Amino acid sequence: MTMTESSVPYRVVIGLEVHVQLKTQTKLFCRCSTQFGSAPNTQVCPVCLGLPGALPVLNRRAVELAIRAGIALHSEIAPFTKWDRKNYFYPDLPKGYQTSQFDLPICGGGYLEIQSDTPAVSGADANAGKKRIRLVRAHLEEDAGKSMHDEHAGRADTRIDLNRAGTPLLEIVSEPDLSSAAEAKEYLSEMRLLMVYLGISDGNMQEGSLRADANVNLHYQREGGVAATPIVEIKNLNSFRAVERAIQYEVSRQHRQFMTDGKVIGQAPKQTRGWNDDTGETELQREKEESADYRYFPCPDLVPVIVSAEQVDAARSSALFTPEHARDQLVQVHAIKDSDAEILVQHGRSTVEYCLALISYGAPPRRAIAWMLQDVLRYLNDKAVDATAFPIPAESLAQLLVAIENGKLDTSRGKEAFAKLLDSPSLGVNAAIESLGIVQVDANEIETLCSQLLKDNPDVIDKVKAGNSKAVAALVGQAKKINRNADPRLVQETCLRLIQQM
Amino acid sequence: MKAPLLSLNEISQQLARREISSRDVVQQCLDRIESTNTRVNAYVHLRADAAIETAKSVDERRAAGEKLAPLAGIPIGIKDVLCCTEMPTTCGSKILENYRSPFDSSIVSSLKRDGAIILGKTNLDEFAMGGSTETSIFGPSRNPWAYDRTCGGSSGGSAAVVAAGYSPGAIGTDTGGSIRQPAAFCGVCGLKPTYGRVSRYGLVAYGSSLDQAGPFGSTVADIALLLQSIAGHDSRDSTSLNIAVPDFVEPLNAKAQGMTIGVIREHLDGKGLDPEIHSALLAAIDVYKSLGVRIVDVSLPHTKYSISTYYIIAPCEASSNLSRFDGAHYGYRAPKQTADKSSDASASALVQMYSDSRSQGFGAEVRRRIMLGTYALSSGYYNKYYLKALQVRRMIRQDYDNAFETVDALLGPTTPTPAFRLGEKVNDPVQMYLEDLFTVGANLAGIPAMSIPIGTSSESKLPLGMQLQSAPLTEAKLITLGHAYQKAVGFPPTLPTASDL
Repeated sequence: MTMTESSVPYRVVIGLEVHVQLKTQTKLFCRCSTQFGSAPNTQVCPVCLGLPGALPVLNRRAVELAIRAGIALHSEIAPFTKWDRKNYFYPDLPKGYQTSQFDLPICGGGYLEIQSDTPAVSGADANAGKKRIRLVRAHLEEDAGKSMHDEHAGRADTRIDLNRAGTPLLEIVSEPDLSSAAEAKEYLSEMRLLMVYLGISDGNMQEGSLRADANVNLHYQREGGVAATPIVEIKNLNSFRAVERAIQYEVSRQHRQFMTDGKVIGQAPKQTRGWNDDTGETELQREKEESADYRYFPCPDLVPVIVSAEQVDAARSSALFTPEHARDQLVQVHAIKDSDAEILVQHGRSTVEYCLALISYGAPPRRAIAWMLQDVLRYLNDKAVDATAFPIPAESLAQLLVAIENGKLDTSRGKEAFAKLLDSPSLGVNAAIESLGIVQVDANEIETLCSQLLKDNPDVIDKVKAGNSKAVAALVGQAKKINRNADPRLVQETCLRLIQQM
Repeated sequence: MKAPLLSLNEISQQLARREISSRDVVQQCLDRIESTNTRVNAYVHLRADAAIETAKSVDERRAAGEKLAPLAGIPIGIKDVLCCTEMPTTCGSKILENYRSPFDSSIVSSLKRDGAIILGKTNLDEFAMGGSTETSIFGPSRNPWAYDRTCGGSSGGSAAVVAAGYSPGAIGTDTGGSIRQPAAFCGVCGLKPTYGRVSRYGLVAYGSSLDQAGPFGSTVADIALLLQSIAGHDSRDSTSLNIAVPDFVEPLNAKAQGMTIGVIREHLDGKGLDPEIHSALLAAIDVYKSLGVRIVDVSLPHTKYSISTYYIIAPCEASSNLSRFDGAHYGYRAPKQTADKSSDASASALVQMYSDSRSQGFGAEVRRRIMLGTYALSSGYYNKYYLKALQVRRMIRQDYDNAFETVDALLGPTTPTPAFRLGEKVNDPVQMYLEDLFTVGANLAGIPAMSIPIGTSSESKLPLGMQLQSAPLTEAKLITLGHAYQKAVGFPPTLPTASDL
C-alpha cells in the first residue's frame, strides 16, 4: 500500500514472529505443570532448573500440536526434525541455552489468510478481500523464565520466576507480507483464533500465551529502485492494541528518521526496540552491527523426531474445524450474512458448533442465527461461559425454533419458552410450551375472534379501506387480551383478509 | 608382604556364605583409607559412619534370610561427577564446591537398589576434563603403585580406590578414555560400556554424545557384576537404549575358543608405543592363541584423525553443557567488584558477575576447553570445525563397523606409556591430549571398550594395560575374552607395591 506523508510516498513492510504457547499439561522436556499464575518457582524440577546431571525428555504432545498447527497453516511437515541449542547467557535461562529448532523446523512454508483490502504481495487470492500472508517456518522451542525487575530505593533488584521456563512454544515466522499496522493486528487476531479453534493454544493474551515480535521497515520508491530503511525489530508485543500502536508509531518514527538522515539498510545497524505502552513509543534496546552468534548446534541430549506420513494423516482430522471452515459453513452452506457469521466465528468455535447443531436439528438457518446473535450470545456473555456450557441442548432449542417457524407459537411466546428452558433445561420443549399454557390457536377460532374485533372497531375497517393496512396492528393487542396464544401475525393477516372480503 | 586383595566376587561370595559381615568389609576399607588416603587422595568425600550403618542393616537383612543381590553390602566408590544426595557433587571444581544435588543419579539409584553401599566420592580431573586427576580442586590423586606417578584420569580416583583396596569396586565415567586409561595406569579393570547402555541421568555432562559411565574392578568378573547393576534403559535419559539387559555373568563361563580377535595395526605399530607395553601385548596375543582364539590383523585407517575429531566435538558440547554454571542460580558466585577493579568498565553488572564467576570458578583446563568449543561453534567456524568433525566421526565409526564384520573384538594398547609422573604433562595440553590416542575411538564410535592389566614394567613396576573393544552392545564378548585371559594367566588381584600400602 502506498501511503503519503509529507508528500513522500512509501510502502510499509512488516513481518511478524508469533510465539504461541502450546496447550499441553506439562512442559516441553519435563513433567512440570504449565499452569499459569502459581506462586513463583513452584512448578520447577531439576530438568527445567537446569541442575547439573538433569536431562530432557520430549513431551510428544507438543509435537502433535505443532503438526496440527502446521496442517492448518498449509505448511510442509518435516519428516525428520531435530533439536538444537541456542546458546546465550541470561538469568531467566538456567541452562545457558534454549532448546529450539534451527535448520530443520517441524513446519516449513505455508500461509495464513486474513481479511484485507490491500492486494497481496504474492499468491493467488481466491476470494476478494482476502490476503494470503506467507509463512517462512514454524518451529518448536522452550520458553524462558520471567525476570521481574524491581527498582526501588535506588537499588535495582531482579527476581527470577522459572515456572514458565521450559513451557512449549511454537514460533511462527511470517514473510514480510504485511503492509500496515491494521493488517498486522488482523494477522495476529486470525492466528490466535486459528490456534484456539484447534485447541493448539488457549490464546490467552493476558497470560502471554501469544506474543509477537514485529520486523518493520519502509520502502521508498526511488529512481532505479527501492530505498529501504533499516529493519527494526519490536520485541514482545503481547496485545492486539500493542501490535497496532507500536507499528503505527514505528512507521512514523522511521519516516521522520529517513526524512532527516536518509539512511538505508546497511548504513545504520539493525535495531531492537521495545514497546512502551505507557509512553506510546518504541524505545531503543540494542543496536547490533551483525546478528548475535548463538552458536547453534544439535542438542546431544535429545534424539531427532521422525514424523511419519501416517502421523500427519492422523492429525488432519484434528485440524479441520478452523475459523475458515466455520465461515464457509455459515456463509457458503447456510447462506448466513457475512457480518452475522463473523460475530459467531469470533465468539468461538463452540458457539459456531452450537449454531450448526441447531441447523442440523432442523432449525432454519436465518432463524438460528437471529436467536444465536440475540438470545444465546446474551446469555453466554452475561455468564462469561462458552457454548459448551449453554444449558439448553441444541436439539431442544432447534425444536423450539421449528415450532416458531411453523407458527405453533409466536416469537414473543417463543422467548418465554426459551427463558423457561434456560431455567429448567431438562424440561423439554413441549413441556416448556405447555407449562406456559401455550397452545396453538386454531385458524377458525382466530377468524371468529377477528370478526368480532372488526365488528367492534369499524374505524379500523375504514382506515384499511382507505389504504392504511397497518391500521390492523391496533387490533393485535386487543386480540392478545382475549386470547394470549393468538399469533399476532395470523391476527393481522386474518383481519386484512376479512376486510378485503367485505 | 601384605595380604592379597579380595576381589569383589570373592567378597560377595563370602558375604553370601556369611563368612564375613558387610560391616567388616566396610571397616577394612575404612582402615585402608585411613592409613593412606591422605597420600593417595582418591576419596574426596567419605560417608564413613553412614556406610557402617548401611552395612549393619544389610547384615541384618542377610541374617534374616533375605535374598540379596550380589552387590549387597559391598562398598562402592563413585566418581564425583555423579549426583548423590548424601554427599556434595563438586565435579572437582570450585564452581560447584558446595553444591549438593537434590536427586540421585540413576547409577546411584541402581547401586542402592542392589544393596551396594555408596562409600564415598572419588577424585577426578575438573569436570572430567583431563588425563591425570591433577586439575581437581582437591589436588592431585597419586598412583597407589608409585606416589610420584599419576593414577591417570579423569576417573583417576575411581581407579585408585580399587587398586588401593579402598573399595572393591568403583564407578567412573569415560568421555575419551577416562575409565580405561586410569584402569591401565592403576593395574585394574575398567569398562566403558556401549553409549546408551548405562543411563546418563545424574551424570554431570561434559561431552554428552561421548559420556558413558562404567565400572572399575580388580577382575573382569567384578566388572560383570557391577555392569549388571548399572546397565539398563532409563526413561529419564533420551539417549538411553531401550534394549533388554543381557546376563553379564554368564559370558564369564563362555569359551573364548573359536572367537576372533583383530589386532589394530595402527595402535600396535605406532611409533609412540612403549616397547614394554608392546611386548606385553604380544605375550597376551600368545595367550589368546593358546586358548584357541583366532588372531587377525585389522586396520582402522581413520584412527589418526580421532584425537583431532575428539578435541573438537567434546569441547563444543562442553562449552554449551557448562554454560549453566554461571553463578546466577547455584554454585560459586564471584564477590561484587567495585567499579575501579572491574576488568571491563563497560560491562553491565550482570555480565561482570558472569565473567568473574566463571573465570574464578573454573580451572585453566576447563576454561581452555570452553574457549575451544565456543570458538569452534562460532559462526563461520561451525562448518570448518564442528561439522567436519562430525563427518570424520562417521568415518571412524565406519572403520569399526567394517572391522566388526570379521572379528569379535579388537586388541591394542590402552595407553602409549605406563603412568607418567605427576606434573609431567599438566602444563603441556597437547602432550596430555595425546594420552587419549588409543581410547577416544571407542567414544566416537559409541562402542564398548575395556582395559585389563597385562603385567608391569620391568624396572619401575608400573602396571601395563591392554584394551579390548567390540561392536555396540556386545559387552558380553569383552567379558568372555577378558575373563578367559585372566583365568589363563592366573590373575590375582594384588595390592600395589607403593611403599606403605
